[in-house]
Amino acid sequence: MSEPLRGVVVGHGSLAAALVEAAEQISGLRGSLVPVSNSGCDRDSLEERIDAAVGPGPAVVFVDLASGSCLIAALRRLRERPDVRVVTGVNLAMLVDFVFHVTLPPAEAADHAATSGGKAIKLP
Amino acid sequence: MAFVLFRVDDRLIHGQVVIGWGRPLAANRLVLVDDEVAGNGWEQELYRMAVPDGIEVVFATVAGAVAHLDAWRRDDARTLLVTGDVRAIASLHSAGPDVVHHINLGGIHHRPGRRERLPYLYLTDEEHAILSQLHQRGADVTAQDVPAAVPVGIGALG
Repeated sequence: MSEPLRGVVVGHGSLAAALVEAAEQISGLRGSLVPVSNSGCDRDSLEERIDAAVGPGPAVVFVDLASGSCLIAALRRLRERPDVRVVTGVNLAMLVDFVFHVTLPPAEAADHAATSGGKAIKLP
Repeated sequence: MAFVLFRVDDRLIHGQVVIGWGRPLAANRLVLVDDEVAGNGWEQELYRMAVPDGIEVVFATVAGAVAHLDAWRRDDARTLLVTGDVRAIASLHSAGPDVVHHINLGGIHHRPGRRERLPYLYLTDEEHAILSQLHQRGADVTAQDVPAAVPVGIGALG
């Protein structure tokens, strides 16, 4: 079996930590998600935080907004990593899906999570 | 008024700039002054993604911005200029002290050698001295991350 994926959640303020805590609480699975906050960071230091959280192995990076400093930092640092995928618009459904699919290749896990996250958006 | 804001913010184009300041100031042109981004088309596309439709985005080197400053001042667009570097804003002020008369300090974050002046503002002593000189030359230099915050003059950031 290949190395399990790590999920890195990057967000403004304390959003990422809260999402990770909630996803772990719902799924009962811990250890595959790492939160990264952009608080107090310039571009370079945020890139370093993301890079350290991703580590050397395969990963999916979940970013809060589809534009802005978090996405730019993630893509600037990771775009040449074939074993890392970036997904924007992170939500709780996306992360809960991800923690159950950490044995998939990064691209498949990212696609799976993004699909679940999209399906969670409804206008009931 | 062609320029609605001159801002120093090391995250360059992001939500606080585009939404926090751009909307209330009704900016319809955003000039990003950064030598590295001005030479990198891939990064420019990333920054464009952060800008709503209807706002023109211009990428310029410091030298290019100095050369275009007067033209931007004279046209009708409501221009928000952002740079990540204190020296860049000093160059712009030198080129047009009557144009760059108010300088807004947004997010300038921690790096070795910088000291905290406000939670979102870290400056080296050299950067503080440069900004103080601009103030002595007539520029209104204030720190204010978002419009709702109370502006703090450079004199109180020592």
